[in-house]
Formats: sequence, structure tokens, C-alpha cells
Amino acid sequence: MLTLNRIVLCQLDDLPVGLGRAFEVEGKPIAVFRTRGGRVFATDGFCPHKNGPLADGMLTGDSVVCPYHNFRFDATTGECDQPGICSIATYPVEVTDSGIVVTL
Amino acid sequence: MIQPNTIRDTPITRKRLVVIGNGMAGARFIEDLIALDPSHAFDVSIFGDEPYGNYNRILLSNVLNGSQDAKEIFLNPLAWYADNNVTFHAGKKVTRIDREAKVTYADGVEEPYDTLVFATGSRPFVPPIAGTSLHGVFVFRTLDDCRNIAEYAKDCKKAVVIGGGLLGLEAAKGLMTHNVNVTVVEMGPWLMGVQLDADGGKVLQQTIEKLGITAITSASTKEFVGDETNRVKGVKFADGSIVECDMVVVSAGIRPNKELAGECGLTCDRAILVDDSLQTNDPNIYGVGECVQHRGMVYGLVAPIWEQTKTLALRLTGVNANAQYTGSKLATKLKVMGVELASMGRISDVQPTDEVVTFAEPARQVYWKAIVREGKVSACCMLGDLGPADDLVEFFMTEKPAPERRLELFFGAGTKTKGAEISLADLPDAKQICDCNGVCKGTIVKAIQAGKTSVPMVGKATRAGTGCGSCKKMIAGLIEAVAGAVKADPSESWYVTAVPLDKPTLVAECKKRGLKSVSAVLRELATHEDEKSKNGLASMLKSIWGTEYIDERDARYVNDRVHANIQRDGTFSVIPRVYGGVTTADDLIKIGEVAKKYSVPMVKFTGGQRIDLLGIKKEDLPGVWADLGMPSGYAYTKALRTVKTCVGTEFCRYGTNDSTGLGIALEKRFQGFEFPAKVKMGVSGCPRNCSESTVKDVGIVATEGGEWEILVGGAAGAHVRRTDILCRVNTRDEAMQVIGRFLIYYRDNAKWIERTYDFVPRIGIENLRKIIVEDSLGIVASLDAEVEKTMAAYVDPWLERDQPVYAGQFAEPRKVSLPVVVV
Repeated sequence: MLTLNRIVLCQLDDLPVGLGRAFEVEGKPIAVFRTRGGRVFATDGFCPHKNGPLADGMLTGDSVVCPYHNFRFDATTGECDQPGICSIATYPVEVTDSGIVVTL
Repeated sequence: MIQPNTIRDTPITRKRLVVIGNGMAGARFIEDLIALDPSHAFDVSIFGDEPYGNYNRILLSNVLNGSQDAKEIFLNPLAWYADNNVTFHAGKKVTRIDREAKVTYADGVEEPYDTLVFATGSRPFVPPIAGTSLHGVFVFRTLDDCRNIAEYAKDCKKAVVIGGGLLGLEAAKGLMTHNVNVTVVEMGPWLMGVQLDADGGKVLQQTIEKLGITAITSASTKEFVGDETNRVKGVKFADGSIVECDMVVVSAGIRPNKELAGECGLTCDRAILVDDSLQTNDPNIYGVGECVQHRGMVYGLVAPIWEQTKTLALRLTGVNANAQYTGSKLATKLKVMGVELASMGRISDVQPTDEVVTFAEPARQVYWKAIVREGKVSACCMLGDLGPADDLVEFFMTEKPAPERRLELFFGAGTKTKGAEISLADLPDAKQICDCNGVCKGTIVKAIQAGKTSVPMVGKATRAGTGCGSCKKMIAGLIEAVAGAVKADPSESWYVTAVPLDKPTLVAECKKRGLKSVSAVLRELATHEDEKSKNGLASMLKSIWGTEYIDERDARYVNDRVHANIQRDGTFSVIPRVYGGVTTADDLIKIGEVAKKYSVPMVKFTGGQRIDLLGIKKEDLPGVWADLGMPSGYAYTKALRTVKTCVGTEFCRYGTNDSTGLGIALEKRFQGFEFPAKVKMGVSGCPRNCSESTVKDVGIVATEGGEWEILVGGAAGAHVRRTDILCRVNTRDEAMQVIGRFLIYYRDNAKWIERTYDFVPRIGIENLRKIIVEDSLGIVASLDAEVEKTMAAYVDPWLERDQPVYAGQFAEPRKVSLPVVVV
């Protein structure tokens, strides 16, 4: 049985507009992004291709682009735009009064 | 784990078809099968070793040489398999077949079959010699090989390719584009032994040596020699000689993957034996592609393999249950390193009674040879000029009698002697244009008439041109003949891909609408959003608006956000500004102390005469900058990078002018200037050119007569280009002024990522000289003003160390512990 944890990661203002920020939840790397359109989403911290730090990537629409080799991952599904590269995990995010809550 | 098959609506009647191998044969066979099997009589499963959908292996060399992106060569994306109800086991290797129970086993998947098709292809042959497991020794077969070779080549200067066949030469060409010196080693007495005879091989060798590749023939490789870190450092030959290198690509032929078939009891010789039905000795098991041997032949080219897949699909679907494959005649046209080559039949097979017709034109590296046996063309090779190749192919394929006067084979009344002059309109509709995919002129013309008026559109509709691509020119010609003109790709002129406007229009539009931020431009003018366009727009808007520019940090690449260059392990490199490459003892001590304090893993001199501190953590950047107390060297961004200098008159016995002085002055004046691509400069104090000014974006060379020669548009990376001479000037101030004008003109007119070595030839050096030196457009005063304005706007970005611009700019990953449960 899988245990799900809901965790307050930070406040909305800790996330720069249009960019991402890196977290380590009990050692697990997570990247959290805040799009210019106001959406907040969370993914695995590293690109499955060559371990690029996704939080350092750029956002295009609702995708994050790995800073190493421009592999692009969908914010909702985690799918990569290039065939042959694995998807990344995405995690549900809620923006609440007590902060950004991620379910892992 | 057993993966479920697709849902079966008629489970009893459907046959289970399993294909082993998702390469060019396996996947093509499924495509053929689906096309012929509208009633879906089969449940199809396919196993592929590689974790990808299938791709066009012929084009791997293009991926290696950078002319195509990896994603462009995929034939069927993963979704295609699902859309066609094909169960695709990606990255699963079949390890066992139970022929009795009719089940295949692979890495935890088992798949029962009624009919099994082997399409296991082949693998690179690696000679059994010492050192093949050293770092830096590669084979060249898969997409991953390509990625690995390209990655490794970045740090290499000299590569040896073992094997002078088609693939070996393709690999050599690919390596050259990575700025690596290449030596090709062939065991046989000449290159491309399969396609060429000795004379042809020599002609080819001369041609490629002109391109800068060394070729060694009749060389037997004995071992790969490694250094103490197990990296390859040389290739040793049977005669004891050694060629030094820092990487090796082995391309010494291929071997069919027949082991699995052999283990389950199928009859194999050099490959898996199949008959004219493509059946093995088990009536439920078939084979296609490079893994099979048919009538003594093992084919390694796509055309025969695709004949096989078509035949097998016809048989299995029952569309033509009697379809037979009776072997292929091989006629291919290739382009190797820009050398055109046609080959048909076996050119080395010459009988005493054969007539050999040859024509050679050494100055143009043209070589034609045809073998006439019993009055018919039995083999032919052509090199350098394929004028009569189509006629020869016809003689060869149809086995029609050769002309009485044999010279008419090459110079017949109707023979066109230049490829480009072939009258496409005169070709019959049945004439095959794309040999890889067997697409005839008629099919292509129909597609064009249906509105497919670009080469990619025709390719999508008919597959023509999607194999080796050598017929694309003819397809373009057909489009021109049928539709009037090939539709030009308008995106060529756009500044960035997201906004369909060329740069002058885009600039005018931004000014007119008052668009001062990237998000505003994207909102009002863009068709979509991508990261490169955002970077490009940010650069352009900054130069248009100066201090009015609304700087949105999310439009910048990470390097430009943290003012350092990201490395493969997520750390950054820090290169402080060292004006003109001239430093002081105090600065060196300071750099050394910083390197010690932050335990910098590597301290390296760069090619641009700077000191690079590598392996700095993002959170340490502000501290490193503060401790250095030196301005940013801009080594991470599209801006003025370095001005490399020689010592000039200050110390050098040969120097004729003060090159360090000018270099320092230039760097102080133009530091922080951002451009569509990086700009490197060099100043040489005499024509000996120790600072390599002739391959810089802007080079300045002192002449013996005391003048400065201003050079522009050089390159010494993947491309090497010698600079063009813009002008000569008398004084340092004049040099600074002309260079400033050139830089601003380049900044305002180049496309995003367009280096000066593309920009200068595009505009033309004569034209540039008129604009910048003679002021033909009357703009130099405004260019001068723009220099002043840009200089005034310069702020050292490393000062952001004291006050980060956005949340988390220089922060390490924030650690959060469990459990912090929220209900």
C-alpha cells in the first residue's frame, strides 16, 4: 500500500514567476514551478536523460525544458516530447493559505 | 510480468503474429502488413532491443554530423504502435523461443505466437583484438552510439575510424564536424571495397584526403593502446607502427544476429536461412532483413530488405499467398562525404571474357567503370559525376543488351552528362525516383497535384525522399515542374521561430506597439512559445529599449539568470574578466586563494586566455564573485567573450604594434555588449598572428607598415572560416570606431544565434564595407551613438551577488523533512 504525504513546501512568494525552484523532500529531489499564467506544478527534480536539474530549466507554456539538452516535459503528464526518453513523475499541487502543498 | 495484448474483439479467429526486431526491417514489415490487412486478422506484437520507436538507421550519420536532429529520424513514434493496435515491447530482448509451445520469452514478458518473424538485423563486428573495452572505443550502429560518440568527441582532437567502408566513411565525416582530426584505417587495399575497384578506391581516397581526412589502407590493426586511466590513446598496427588518437570508432562490418534463431534450432549459415517464401525450416517462422540469408545472399541495404517485407506481408495476409522473393539486383546511389557514387553488381568480379569499359577524369576526380558480360552490363561503379548513372542502372536492372559501341554506355545519344540537366518532364511515370522506398515519378506527381508542394510534404504523402535523401533534389525538381515552384520556407527569414516576422519587421512592430517585455511580445505576436525564442526576444528587446526594457528573468536561460555556465553535474563555471588576457600577480594570488577556499575541483586556462574555475555550486557563486572582486568575464552568454592578444611591441622582438594595449582597450569598451551570438576577438601585433585573429569574429592584425587590418566573420569551431578583410586603419581610435560600428550593425541585423561567420557572408563583405566604412546608408553616426549608449548601460551582472533579483536565484535546493502532514 502506497502512503501519500501532503507536504507544505514553501509559500507562493518563494517561487519566482515563470521559473522553478529545487526542493529535497527527505532526500528526494522535487522541482516546483510557477508559470506566468499562475499555475503551480511539481515534478521530479532531474531529467531522466542525463540528470539535468529541471528546476534550472525554462518554462514554455505548461512544459519545462531541461537546461542540458532541451528535452521538454509536460507539466500535467510528465511526458517527454522526444521519443525514447522516459516520462518524469508529476505531483499534485495545491496553493493554499498555509502555502504550496504537494502530495508525494 | 505479463503484459496484456490489445483487446480482441474476435479472439478465436485472430492469429497472433510476433515480430522480433524493431529496426528498419521489423517495423517496415508491420507497416506493410497493416496496410494490406484492413480486417485486422492479426494481433501483432513486436519486440525491440532499443528503448525507442523505430528510426531510420540510414540517417544516423546525419545525426552524428549534426545535419539532422535525433528526433527527425524517427519513423514511427511510440504512439503509432498504440494507434495501430500493435503491442510494442520496447527495450525488451527476446532471450528464448519455445517452438513446441510457440511462445517467445523476453525480460519478464512472454508472448505466444501463431506466426513468428525474425527481423533481428545485425550488429557491428568488432575484431578480436586487445583494447576494445578501453574508454573512447565505440561502435557506430545505434542512436545511443551516435549520442555517445558525439558526446565523447567534444573532448577529443584526434580520432581513428577502423573500417573504410560506407559506414566508416560516414562516421569519419560525422566526426569531422565535431572538429576532430580523423584517420580512416582500412584493412583492404582500397576504400569501399564492396562498391569500388582499386582505381575507384584511389580516386575516392584522393577526394577525401582533400577534405582533410587521412586514409591508411592495407593496414592490419593489432591493438588499441590505452593510458593509465584506461582511455584509448592510440592504435597499433601489425607492422608495429602506432597512430595516436584519443578516440576510436570501429566500423569494420556487420554480423547478422542469428544466435537466437540458432539456439532454437533454426538452420543458419552466415545468417538465418530462408527460402523464396522467406520461410525458415520451421513453417511457422519467417525471417526478413539483414539477419537472413536468401539464395546465398545476405543483404545490408534497404531496397532489397523492403522487397522482402512487402513479399512477406503479401503472403501472410493472403493478399497474394503465392508471393515469392527471388532475390534483388543491387544498384545504389550514395553520397559519401559529398562524393557522389553509384554502384551496381559486383565490381570486383571480373572474368577473363568480360569487357571492361572505363572512363577517368582525374582532375575532377571522376571515375566510371562498367563490366560487360555476354553483351549485358553485369556491374558498374561511378564516382564523382553520376551523369549517365540512371542509364547504366537501367541497362543493369533490365539486362537489356549494351550498345554495340560500348562507349555509348557512358556517352550515348540520349545520355545526359550532367545530373542536373536530366529532363524530369521526359521521364516516364513508372520511372523510380526514390530507390530506397521504391516510389515512382507518377506517384510523386500525383501527390504534388494534390497540393503537396514541398519536399517534406511529398515525403509524408509518398515516403519519397525519406530514406537516404539523395533523391530530394529530383523531388524538388518535380515540384518545380508540376507546381511551378517549391514553396519557400518562410520561417527561414524569421528572427525567432515563435514569431513569424523577420527582424526589421519585428523590431518595427515592437516599437510601434510599445512591447517592452518578452511576455508582451509573446502575447501579441507569437504563434507559440519556446525557450530559444524567449532567449532571442530578450536579447533583441534589450538592445531596442535599453533602460526601458522590462527584464523578465524567466525569459533567460539558466546561465543568464545566474551569470555562470552550467556544467554536466549541475555546478557552474566562473571565469572572471581578464582584459586582453593580461593579468597581475595580485589577481593570480586572489584567484588561487578563492580556488582553495571553495575547494574548486578544476582550475583551467581557457582558449581565450582566461582562468576558469570549474565545479562551483550555485549557492557559492555570490561568495566566489565577492572574494574575487573582479568583473564577470561573460563566458556564459551571447555577448563579447574575450579579446585574445599577443604580447606585441611591449616585449616581442617581432611585434610591430601595441596589440595588448589595443586588446585591453577594446575589451574595456565593449564589455557587457550583448549580441545574437557570442563574439570573440583577437588582436595580433604582427602578421605572424599568434593570437589567431584570422579565425575570430573580429580580428585585428598589425601590418608591417604600422596600420591595423580589421578582419570580420572568422570561425574556428565546428566550422572553420577565415575572416574577410573589412578595412585598414591607421590608429587605435579608428580601429575601435570601425569595430564598434560593425558590432552594433551585427547586433541589430543578425538573426538569433547567427554567428558573424554566417552573418558576414550573408550580407557580403563588399556590402558591409560600403555600410560600415563608406557609410552608404548614412547610419554610422547612429551606430556610434548606439555604442556610447550601450557602454553607458553596462553594469557588472556579478553585482547581483549582493541582492538577488528573484526568489531563490542563488539558493541551494531547499530541504524539507517528513512528516508535515496537512489534513
